[in-house]
Amino acid sequence: MFMRPTAALAALLLMSTAPLALAAEKPTDPQIAHIAYTAGAIDIEAAKLAIEKSKNKEIVDFAKDMERDHEAVNKQALDLVKKLKVTPEDNDTSKALAKAAKEERAKLATLKGAEFDKAYIENEVAYHKQVNGALETLLIPSASNAELKRLLVTGLKIFQGHEQHAEHVAGMLK
Amino acid sequence: MRPRLLGPALALALGASPAFAATIEVTIDKLVFSPASVQAKVGDTIEWTNKDILAHTATVKGGWDVMIPAKSKGKVTLKTAGAVDYFCRFHPNMKGHVEVAP
Repeated sequence: MFMRPTAALAALLLMSTAPLALAAEKPTDPQIAHIAYTAGAIDIEAAKLAIEKSKNKEIVDFAKDMERDHEAVNKQALDLVKKLKVTPEDNDTSKALAKAAKEERAKLATLKGAEFDKAYIENEVAYHKQVNGALETLLIPSASNAELKRLLVTGLKIFQGHEQHAEHVAGMLK
Repeated sequence: MRPRLLGPALALALGASPAFAATIEVTIDKLVFSPASVQAKVGDTIEWTNKDILAHTATVKGGWDVMIPAKSKGKVTLKTAGAVDYFCRFHPNMKGHVEVAP
């Protein structure tokens, strides 16, 4: 039953900027928890790569902010699933996110200097936009547990700040 | 009432006496400083209470820089008069304002 909506979301996520329609069938809480955690872990990985590769202070500072915040949110998410005795469940959306992130990382790994900085920060803008869209239109409305929903709402507020921050840094590089 | 009457004399004698300094509370919740704008006097302390799960800072360009860890507090004692804008270094969208009277 749950395969269809998550597959649909996965397809939408792969199309990156396509607006996310509200799926007829909702992802379950264990799936939502997995998607949210995966999305955070992906951004932490990207941040670590940027901290290692970039020599631009703005980029490195931004990446450190991403690492710090997403680790804090993911820790909160892990504490919550433990408390709720929920086991996060892998699903097509998480898989699609992980696959797209692997490809992006491979692409970034080949770039250097200003090219890397530009590609990293532009991807951060697009990625936060995409994840925030998914949170807003699908994950938050689908979450049934009130505490999970609250954490997602807080996360959205944080990640919207990241999106604006990324846009600001991207603007500075131009 | 009494401290107010004694105020000018003591202030002259001791400079900015801690006895008359106020603590101004600012709360941080979901990446918002509240109230966003406060009025204070030289010698007053601003104390931020961070309800978020994230670390924040209250930073003035070329001025004070206060770390406010997650679920914790941070404070600064105002030493110079004037109006300053501050922001969070980690989340530059977070902005606040302090008017410091002499």
